[in-house]
Amino acid sequence: MTALTLAKAINAGLRRSLESDDRVVLMGEDIGTLGGVFRVTDGLKADFGAHRVVDTPLSEAGILGTAVGLAYRGFRPVVEIQFDGFIYPAFDQIVAQVAKLHYRSRGTVRMPITIRVPFGGGIGAAEHHSESPEAYFAHTAGLRVVACSNPADAYVMIQQAIASDDPVLFFEPKRRYHVKADVADDASLADARPMGVATVAAPGRDVTLVTYGGLVRTALDAAVAAEEDGVSIEVIDLRSLAPVDHATVEASVRRTGRLVVVHEAGEQGGLGAEIVARVTESCFEYLESAPVRVTGHDIPYPPAKLERHHLPDLDRILDGVDRALGRSNSLSAHPVRPTGDGVEA
Amino acid sequence: MTPPEPAVLTKPRQMLQLIGERGERLADPEFDPWVADVDLDQLAALYRDMAVIRRIDTEATALQRQGELGLWPPLAGQEAAQIGSGRALRDDDFVFTSYREHALAWLRGVEPAELLAVWRGTQASGWNPFEHHLAVPQIIIGAQSLHAVGYAMGLTWDGSDAAAIAYFGDGATSEGDVNEALVFAASFDAPVVFFCQNNQWAISEPVGLQSKQPLARRADGFGMPGVRVDGNDVLAVMAATRFALDRARRGDGPTLIEAVTYRMGPHTTADDPSRYRTDDELGAWRSRDPLARVLSALEAAGHDVEALQTEAGSAADRAAADLRAAITTLPDPEPLTVFDHVYAEPNSHLERQRDRYGRYLAMYGEEEAGR
Repeated sequence: MTALTLAKAINAGLRRSLESDDRVVLMGEDIGTLGGVFRVTDGLKADFGAHRVVDTPLSEAGILGTAVGLAYRGFRPVVEIQFDGFIYPAFDQIVAQVAKLHYRSRGTVRMPITIRVPFGGGIGAAEHHSESPEAYFAHTAGLRVVACSNPADAYVMIQQAIASDDPVLFFEPKRRYHVKADVADDASLADARPMGVATVAAPGRDVTLVTYGGLVRTALDAAVAAEEDGVSIEVIDLRSLAPVDHATVEASVRRTGRLVVVHEAGEQGGLGAEIVARVTESCFEYLESAPVRVTGHDIPYPPAKLERHHLPDLDRILDGVDRALGRSNSLSAHPVRPTGDGVEA
Repeated sequence: MTPPEPAVLTKPRQMLQLIGERGERLADPEFDPWVADVDLDQLAALYRDMAVIRRIDTEATALQRQGELGLWPPLAGQEAAQIGSGRALRDDDFVFTSYREHALAWLRGVEPAELLAVWRGTQASGWNPFEHHLAVPQIIIGAQSLHAVGYAMGLTWDGSDAAAIAYFGDGATSEGDVNEALVFAASFDAPVVFFCQNNQWAISEPVGLQSKQPLARRADGFGMPGVRVDGNDVLAVMAATRFALDRARRGDGPTLIEAVTYRMGPHTTADDPSRYRTDDELGAWRSRDPLARVLSALEAAGHDVEALQTEAGSAADRAAADLRAAITTLPDPEPLTVFDHVYAEPNSHLERQRDRYGRYLAMYGEEEAGR
């Protein structure tokens, strides 16, 4: 056991993958000499060389497209997209090439590419630096999508993603990069929980609260706060967003009868929609109230001074829990407010 | 008749030619050494290759017209560009093509059924890329250029002296992917050849819309040599490609080749070129036919071209018959194979969908389900 920050845990996982498989290569902008803008790859170029840890030109499509060629050659590329909002120039290579080549080649060409993406808000960043684009990729056949939430998981999951023969979008909650926790860096990877399996981050009886990435910590805080109020929340850390571990979610909802899904990404077409739909299909007779989504708004990511009005926080999560429990909440009072033109809203 | 050249070609530019338009051998001190070993028999063999692939292309176009193929993108007119470059490659060089390079598939031993499967719509692709060192053909314009560069970077890291080659068209040169590929290739000295077939048209758009100057000149801005070659001169194409491959193998990095040629047919069998180009233009390029060019050169050198034509014609007929026969070996695929190979590893979500659709088919059967 070693106490590591989430950033250092990923660094340690990358190091272990580089050591155990000489076909693993890291590629990205500023990842070598600088060690990455978040220092996630700090020291790796010095230890493994410029052919294993490659500073690339500023070209996201170029990084992904050359990664495809390297995969053809039998390499296992791990690419870093510097920020969530910078992934779109690579969208075609990811969706049309990385995701489809195994299918198009009838299983002969494997794309064991890991695409690391620092994602989400909460750090007061400039525009294009706080986005949550995971649903685009969860919607794309051929990709696996995971999001880590803590150092222990991050250390294991990055190695599992690299070892996977399928392409993996690996989302890292940048606001949690500096959270420190114990990491079982001496444990065998073979005994670790598969990255496709969700975890019950906190057991509870009254409400199932499903989330992932940076909001898992917030959800756990909400569970502690609710406990003082006599409400027992079960927090599920989804971990895998494609495929979703529906079995774990459904088993929880069958016990609690209530579901709240929380994510930073916008509501429309998001992971919450998928999970709520699936629970409604599979657990309809177990539900005691309508499932609830607490999400970012369907807006471009707002300026830093406004992000707290966009991101679900502890209070908004608890408000959602109140909705699921049928307790007084922000929508239950139905206040009548006049609009500007005198018509009642 | 002088061919009407598109706007981009009006300025006098140097273009590598080793066989002139009347079949005369043109001396070129820089590039002659690259094809010094090509004697008349080998030149005749190149003609035979071109005649066979032209016949295969014609037959596939006919198969589409007869409803046996869903679509076919003809290569007619580009035989010299594809055969000349393809015959310059080593077996262990890896080839990344677009959708029109049927000659490369044929040269690298792809079976007729494997060539047709994707166009008949029975399979997502035809062949195992690693058996033929030939990637899955690319329809997204220019995307394969980056794959070739990545593969080439890997060759360097593996200490191999093989090379990668990317085939793309004049239209692709406007894509970001191709430009990013040129940047990466130059930055990493990747052993890759960018082989651009400038066939003058990107569906209906003339090359002048993609570039105001000859495409080969772009190489300079990326920091690599650019060679503009007469794409209808099979010998010159071979010389240019060998030159570029040699640079790659020596560790001297990438080369951009612009093979100036012409797409004699439609973009695909679904296209109608009469809407955007004239019969005069087509006629002018027909007079620069790449097969006729080699025949003239052989005839001028005293080779028995009549015998060659007869022999090549027989080989072409056999290839066409093989292609037609291959159609019958492509059965309609089983419905549930639609789920195959989406992932390399087990995937719970897809397994559930496969199971559910399987149950649907089991209950209603394919016919009752309206298939």
